[in-house]
Amino acid sequence: MIINTRFFNRSELIGFVSLLLLLVIILPLALDIFRLNLVAKYLTYSFVAIGLVLCWGYGGILSLGQGVFFGLGGYCMAMFLKLEASSVANTKIQSTPGIPDFMDWNQLTELPFFWKPFQSFPFALAAIILVPAIFAFIIGAAMFKRRVGGVYFAIITQAVAAIMTILIVGQQGYTGGINGITDLRTLHGWDIRTDHAKYILYFVEVFLLFAAILVAQFIRLTKLGRILVAMREQEDRVRFSGYSVANFKIFAFCAAAVFASVGGALFTLEVGFMSPSFVGIVPSIEMVIYTAVGGRLSIFGAVYGTILVNFAKTSLSETFPQLWLFGLGALFIAVVLAFPNGLAGIWGDYVQPRIDRLLASRTKKSGGLVANGAPAE
Amino acid sequence: MLIGHQPKEFLLAVEALTVSFDGFKAVNDLSFYVEENEIRVIIGPNGAGKTTMMDIITGKTKPDEGTVLFDGKTDLTRLDETRIAELGIGRKFQKPTVFESQSVEDNLLLALNVDHSVKGTLFWRGSRNEAEQIEKVLETVRLKDLRRKLAGSLSHGQKQWLEIGMLLAQDPKLLLVDEPVAGMTDVETHQTAELLKEINRDHTVMVVEHDMTFVRELGVKVTCLHEGTVLAEGTIDQVSSNDRVIEVYLGR
Repeated sequence: MIINTRFFNRSELIGFVSLLLLLVIILPLALDIFRLNLVAKYLTYSFVAIGLVLCWGYGGILSLGQGVFFGLGGYCMAMFLKLEASSVANTKIQSTPGIPDFMDWNQLTELPFFWKPFQSFPFALAAIILVPAIFAFIIGAAMFKRRVGGVYFAIITQAVAAIMTILIVGQQGYTGGINGITDLRTLHGWDIRTDHAKYILYFVEVFLLFAAILVAQFIRLTKLGRILVAMREQEDRVRFSGYSVANFKIFAFCAAAVFASVGGALFTLEVGFMSPSFVGIVPSIEMVIYTAVGGRLSIFGAVYGTILVNFAKTSLSETFPQLWLFGLGALFIAVVLAFPNGLAGIWGDYVQPRIDRLLASRTKKSGGLVANGAPAE
Repeated sequence: MLIGHQPKEFLLAVEALTVSFDGFKAVNDLSFYVEENEIRVIIGPNGAGKTTMMDIITGKTKPDEGTVLFDGKTDLTRLDETRIAELGIGRKFQKPTVFESQSVEDNLLLALNVDHSVKGTLFWRGSRNEAEQIEKVLETVRLKDLRRKLAGSLSHGQKQWLEIGMLLAQDPKLLLVDEPVAGMTDVETHQTAELLKEINRDHTVMVVEHDMTFVRELGVKVTCLHEGTVLAEGTIDQVSSNDRVIEVYLGR
């Protein structure tokens, strides 16, 4: 077999099983619902990080605008939930009942046309996938067909993130402005604010996260995944071998956008609102940092990186609110300089070889064979 | 000489090609013709326009004037790199350009001339035919024993061969090979000459090279470029005894 057909290698299997244990058993048992909901919030970013592993780690396309796609997914979900929360009965004190409160405050008397389809849940779900994919396709086609790449592409994605924020903030009557879309209550009549709902949403999210991991791993192992890596290393060789480099970049960028969008939609459900503060330049860069810290070549590393950096962020920003951002920046620089492959790289380079040696020496003593990853008796 | 030939008989017809960069004419009214199944060696001093000419043929650079007719019907100057590669022109770069973090086999696999679309590669499943093709190429470029090694761990010469192998896997009609023996040992140079001759059995090859021992060993028609245009053409003996060639390139 030429291309490795095993779905997970050993360290990936360890990553998968340990993540499964952590998210499904350990954290739900160890944490109260407030803390667990916090973890759920962190995990929504790990969808973005998984997308960045594909797009940046494998494809070499650094996007500093993933917040845009996170926001698109989040807003699609929020629009549906907001419409449900703005029934005529709930909003009868408004001058125009039946439209979201912020529209009423902005003297809108009618639901804008692009809001109308979001009354349908299936439409909202489809939009969560399609809107970011189409948007990423347009940006990707415009850039990659013209061979804009590297730093220039990163800067343009930054600009897109900035434009998006300005647009959302500026169009208050249509978007809820700087406050975002708040006061979301129910999903098909099911109250998403109760503790019970938060538990269920947490597990739904964990399930989707593992689905996302499997999809990303599938893409990675296909021939397409190999071409992404090849493109990162020798773009010209790929081009002169008869591949359209632009199309592969567009695919990677769109895939990353969809992952980010799913994360954003879940964020809205878990946290109960969506606002432009998750769309702009700073959150977009933070998402890249999560990926870099976890290891941009490792899907599991990216998930762990997201959880850890966010834990650190929550605890440190409570204690040192002024210094936290400097710390984050320093962390990013330190990781890039010292451990370019992040936590996953540290695991692969330092921890795993030691475990291997330990296992090997034990096996020799007992003379038995040790199954993959299982500790010796 | 060339007059009387119909352009159709040439696999590659470069005609009146001119390109300038900031007023400097890198290629200046260049015309030459490569027949099917020949090996052609292009020599010439640095800055003679050899690499620029390759860039134009493969679509990396667009010429200001002139045409490059491939297979008697397609003007390559209108197409992009991907399309030209699909038509059957493979290119080896001056510096070995392989996918270092992937195995020798995977390098060849990615080069194979199969479905190159996003969808095709996403749902790709290997076939026996593909495996056989890779086997054949591994044999030809003498990398059979190193198939599972990462390309990055190969020696310089082996990387050059791997890249030639990738061209073969692409199965082009025309191979453009830029300085294949630069930095190779004498033994490797000799082996590379043998390899190119072997490849020539079913492919047309165009080689840019400075190493005169290697050029003599190939023993084929030579085109000498100078200042972006053809200075001399013929056998290596004819070209190397040409006064102008000696003056600008070989030295007295």
